[in-house]
Amino acid sequence: MKALKLTVLWVDAKHSLIRRGHMRGITPMRAGLALLPLAMLGGCINIAAPDEPIVIELNINIRQEVIYRLAEDAAETIDDNADIF
Amino acid sequence: MTSLKNMIFAGSAGLLLAASFAAPAMAQRSAAYTEARANGSVGEKMDGYLGIVVAETPQLRQLVNNINIKRRAVYAEQAQENNATLEEYALTVGCQQILRTKPGEKYQAPDGSWQTRTSAPPIRDPRCPA
Repeated sequence: MKALKLTVLWVDAKHSLIRRGHMRGITPMRAGLALLPLAMLGGCINIAAPDEPIVIELNINIRQEVIYRLAEDAAETIDDNADIF
Repeated sequence: MTSLKNMIFAGSAGLLLAASFAAPAMAQRSAAYTEARANGSVGEKMDGYLGIVVAETPQLRQLVNNINIKRRAVYAEQAQENNATLEEYALTVGCQQILRTKPGEKYQAPDGSWQTRTSAPPIRDPRCPA
C-alpha cells in the first residue's frame, strides 16, 4: 500500500514539471517512455496471500466412453490373470 | 545337417520350456481366495479392487492386500498400453468383475454398501457397459 502511494506522488511530480516547462527537450514521447516503468509500477496489483492453504481439488471424472473403449481389453486382462481376479 | 537338426530341436525345446514357465500366469485362484469369495468375507469393489466385507483379520488383510497389489500392477501396465489412467482402467475392470460375481458372492453397490449377488443383475455404476 505504501509503494502504491509513493508511485502516484512521483507521477504527479513529473507531470507538474513538464507542465511548468522546467524539462525542455523532453518530448511528450520521451516523457511517456520515462514514465512507462512508473506507470507499470502504478499498475501493480497487490494480492495478499490467504491465511488458509490453497486447496486444489482435482475432480477425477471418468467418462463412460473411456470405460467402453477399455472394456474389451479389461475382459482379456481378467481372463489372463485368473489367479487374482 | 545334423547340426541344423540339433538346432531345430534345441529351438523347439526352448519354446516348450518358455511355455511351461509362462503357465503360472494363467494360474487359478488360491484355495484361500476361492474360499474367501465363496463365504462372502471378501467382495469386489467398484474401483476394481478387492475389499474385506466382514470383520478384518490379519489373514484376510494379507490376502486382500496381496491380490490388490498384483491387480494394481496389472492395471498400471494395461492402462499405459491403452492410453488411459490407472483409475479409468481399474474402474472398467471393476464394472466387469462385479458383473462376473457368482450368486452368493459380495460386491459393492454404487452407494458403497456391500450387496450379495443373486441371480438378478448386480447394481452397478451407471457408467458401466451392459
